[in-house]
Order: sequence, then C-alpha cells, then structure tokens
Amino acid sequence: MTQGFLSKNPSVLIFLSALALFTLVITFLSNAYGAELISTSMVKTLGKTLCLCLIAIAMDLVWGYMGILSLGHFAFFGLGGYMVGMWLMYARTRDIVLQSNAGLPLTPQELSDAIASQIFGVVGTSELPAIWAFAGSLPAQLALVLLVPGLLALVFGWLAFRSRVTGVYLSILTQAMTLALALYLFQNDSGLRGNNGLSGLQNIPGLAWAGQDRLSVWFLWASALALGLCYLAAAFTVSGKFGSVMRAIRDDEARVRFLGYPVEGYKLFVFTLTALIAAIAGALYYPQAGIINPAEIAPIASIYLAVWVAIGGRGRLWGAVFGAAFVSLVSTWFTGGRAPDLNLGFYTVKWVDWWQVLLGLSFVMVTLFAPKGLSGLVDLLDGLRPPQRRGAPLGPNEGALQEREAQE
Amino acid sequence: MSGLLEVSGISVTFDGFRAINNLSFSIGAAELRAVIGPNGAGKTTFMDIVTGKTRPDEGRVLWGERSIDLLKLDEAHIAREGIGRKFQRPTVFEDQTVAENLMMALKANRSPWRVLFWKPASADHARVEELAAQVGLGEALTRKSGELSHGQKQWLEIGMLLAQEPRLLLVDEPAAGMTLAEREQTTSLLVDLAKTHAVVVVEHDMDFVRRLNCKVTVLHEGAVLAEGSLDHVTANQQVIEVYLGR
Repeated sequence: MTQGFLSKNPSVLIFLSALALFTLVITFLSNAYGAELISTSMVKTLGKTLCLCLIAIAMDLVWGYMGILSLGHFAFFGLGGYMVGMWLMYARTRDIVLQSNAGLPLTPQELSDAIASQIFGVVGTSELPAIWAFAGSLPAQLALVLLVPGLLALVFGWLAFRSRVTGVYLSILTQAMTLALALYLFQNDSGLRGNNGLSGLQNIPGLAWAGQDRLSVWFLWASALALGLCYLAAAFTVSGKFGSVMRAIRDDEARVRFLGYPVEGYKLFVFTLTALIAAIAGALYYPQAGIINPAEIAPIASIYLAVWVAIGGRGRLWGAVFGAAFVSLVSTWFTGGRAPDLNLGFYTVKWVDWWQVLLGLSFVMVTLFAPKGLSGLVDLLDGLRPPQRRGAPLGPNEGALQEREAQE
Repeated sequence: MSGLLEVSGISVTFDGFRAINNLSFSIGAAELRAVIGPNGAGKTTFMDIVTGKTRPDEGRVLWGERSIDLLKLDEAHIAREGIGRKFQRPTVFEDQTVAENLMMALKANRSPWRVLFWKPASADHARVEELAAQVGLGEALTRKSGELSHGQKQWLEIGMLLAQEPRLLLVDEPAAGMTLAEREQTTSLLVDLAKTHAVVVVEHDMDFVRRLNCKVTVLHEGAVLAEGSLDHVTANQQVIEVYLGR
C-alpha cells in the first residue's frame, strides 16, 4: 500500500480523512475531552455505528463484490462479541470477588468457584463450563475473537462451497447456520448463560477509574481505527487483480474456472476473511453496547445487514459504509421514540411501530429505482456514467456528513 | 502415436440419452484439427469432458507427456494444466475493462494469496497491450468490455485465450458473427497458432473449415464417423448421408 495505491484510489484517502475528521469532531464535542455537547450515550451510539459500518464492509466484500449473499454474517459478529464478553465478565467478576474477600486469601479453586457461581447463578449452575477455560486471559480471549468465528467460517464455507452450493440455496444455508447458532446459545446449558447473555460488558476491568465518559471516546477511537484499517485493507483487496477475480466470480463463476482460478478457494478465502472482519466489529461493538444475548445473532440481524448494504449501494465500499451508518442511525432515531408522530387526521402514524414498514418500503424502492443504492445517486449528481466504479469522490464526505448531522 | 491429448473410449449418458458413445480422439502437440458434425453430434459435450465440466461414465482422458488423468482434476486445475477454451457465445466479463479482462487471463500463479499481492510488472502491461493490438483492441484497453460489439467480444475472448498461454486450444465456432475479413484473420491466426500449439476448432461452416486446410474429424451421434482430410471425409458415403447430404 504505497502512495501509488492511494493516488490511484482517491476515494480511500477522502474516506479516511472524513473518518478522522468525524472522530476528532466527536472527541472535541464529547463530555470527556471537550465541549460536553454530545452525551456519552450518543458517543456510544456513534461508536457502535462505526462497528456496524465495519461489518457492512465485510458484507459488501462478500456480497457486493463476490456475489455471495450471506445472510449469516452476524453470527460471526456475535461470536466475536461473545469471545471478548467472556473475558470482560470473568475478569470483572474476579475483581468483585477479590474485593468482597478483601484481605482473605483464596485458593485458585475457591476463586474459580466463586466466579462461576456469580456468573452462572442466573442459569442455576455454579460450575464453570469448559469453554470458559481461557476466560481469565485477555490475550487468549482476543485470539479466540478471531479463531472461533474464523474456524466456523472456514468449516462452513469449505462444506458449502466444495459442494458448489450457490445462489439462494447458499443464502438459506447461511441463514440456517446463524439460526442454529442462536438457538444453541439460547439453551442454558450451552455455557454462555442462555437467553440472559453476557452483561455488564461496558465496565472494562482495570479501567474503572477512567469512567464511561472517557471509555466511550476510547472505544470510538478504537472503532474508527479498526474501520479505517479494514477499509484500507478492503480497498487494497478489491483494487487489484484479486478484485477483478472477485467481480468475475460474481458475474460468471464457471467462466472463471476455465481461466484456471480455483473459484471455491477464492470464495472460502473471502468468506473467512469477511467473517474475521465481522468478528472484529462485534468484539468492538458489544463492550459499547454493554450486553450481548443470542437474539443478536438471529437471522433478522443479518438480513438487516443486507438491507443496509443494498440501500447504501453494493459493489463500492463507501456505499456500504454510508448505507449502514445512514440506515442504522435513522433507525435509532425512529425507534427511539423521538421522531414526531405523523397525524393524518384519521390515523396517527407512530414511527416506533411504522418504522419497519418504512424501511421495507424504502428497500423495495431502492431495489426498483436505484439498483446501485443511494451511493449510485451520487454518480448521477456528478454526471458520471453509472458503470464507473470508485469514481465518485463525493461519497465518503456525504457519509461522514450524515453521521455528523444525525448527532446534532 | 504419442499425442498431447489422448481420449479413449469415453461414453456419457444424460437421462438415458447417449450424448457420447465410445469416442476416441487424439491430437499432437502442434496440430490443427477441425471437428464437424450435425447438431447434437456431441461436439460441445466432448469439449465439456476434456475441460472437466462433464464427467464421462467410462473411458479415459490422458494429457501431456506424463499422461495425467484429466478425469481426476477439476475445471480450474485442467485450465492450469494448459487447456484453454473459447466458448461459442462470447463470454467476457462485461463489467470490467478490456485490460482487466486480459490481465486476469494472463498466465500467472492462480492461488488467492499470490493473486492478492500480485502486482503487474511492466512486462505484463506490455504483454496485455501486445495482445490487445493482436486482436485489434489496442485502442479499446480502457473500455468496458460490455460496450464492445459482438465481434469485438469474440476477439477479446480469443485474446484472453492467448493470454493464458495454453498448450491446447479448444475453440467453439470462432467464426460465428464475424465479417468475411475477420474470418480470414481468424483463419490465419489459428493456422499460425497450430505451428506451436494443439488447436481443436469446432465449426459448422464448411467454407471456414476448408480454409483451415487441416485434418477433419466428423462426429455423429457421439462417435467418430470419419477422420482425414476434408476431401477424404466429404467423399465418405456415410458422411454425405448424415451431414452433408441434408
């Protein structure tokens, strides 16, 4: 990734600058570091939005560029969150147990039992399940953030792609995967506290002194950094010959085989890579959300992801980022109960109830009238011909603007 | 005879219909061969089997000096072994430019990691430009291949085939949709290639085959009906009955 790469892809530079500017502006308006104009919960919402933008990049790579409509990427997102959540919960409970036993020495066994009964009392056991073996170690759990979703994607992808399942059948398979995982995690004896999920994740062990005001900004930085780096990596991936092969597989995979490219290998590669991106996004998202439970990986979450990317415009990275930021922030606004009711005289439209309908309608409208998504409209404004990709530098600015507008 | 490709005794049945029936075929390392036959004679199925798209029920397909069994390999692997194919309907990646199409086809390592970090050297750019010029698309390198005319797409696909540097070229109806001048150009290109490559041309057009001036294999009902020079096979009574006499 030299200067040549950036000069050939000016939109990457613009995106990164916009992201940096956005992060700075939020920082200087936050409670912890500046003008105290933005509440801590809003900073968290924006930080979470950046994580959603990150998984949207993953979705755009796998769907927009490669043509695999995965409806299961939130499984990887959720698993990443669970993995980091295990450490957060374990380490914090350990601190609490040690505190309440102040002065009294505990044997490792006693300590472990005390932690287990604290965490698992809610599901009626006091034994630490085997999968919590590494929960006491931050480096181990961080490694698992990548290993567990990566391995799941690798095994699932290998089985699915090897038997050449494509199109809608593959989408259904990915749905089945995420549904099965969610149902499994709903069970109390799955070892991850069933439908209670993991909670209290916003309290970072060892950083209690920093307070939520500062933590929220730090996580915003971390999310922005991850988004920036992954955007750069994704732009690099799609810009060269690899990107050519990805788009070729999307358009005519049989033909790509006759050129000598191992299509299944490429699909597996991209599927696993995007699962890793999704896992990183999840690991950054849930400490900001504070709680994770199996409902988060229900199939509907992954369908929303596809909707964001479709509305933003698939096949271009900033389009996906824009779609995720725009739709999720608007969705937060509408479902937050702050959107004014629409009085039609005979009926009052309460947006909390009607938002889903509006979202569904706009999805249909975008599919019918702007198949390239909202970012495709920028092409029209610029007078660019629609097939030209990566050629519309206005976009990232607009994406960032949207985010700033939404928080003011 | 030690050929580059040795196909022996292959048969394939689709839903009870015998598309290929005990077919044997062989071609040397530098040879031009025309395959003709009426519709449904099994020409395309034959190509599908050689390129790995279809698996025969029985028979053997051996390749190269080391007699590699092609039936054990998948399409991509067979292509990497050096068998290139041009389809009847031009299939290029319409969303991408002519240069991108050629660059993708260019002979290089095909594994994902290597492709991800692959950077075109100046020699690769030069080769792409040379190929584009050879197929008359030198001016169109930055154009989307979807904007090209039907004939230009045919040429682009031939360019992609050449970029792969295969040892065996399977060419399905190269003259379809081409003007007379373009046909002559195609003929000379194929004849030229056959000096160093094995080239199999499937064609309907008898004039075109005559211009190729090469050994002809006539397929009928999935089997070889006759083989030899065009004059030899057209004199064959059976060939006249099933194909030419209609």
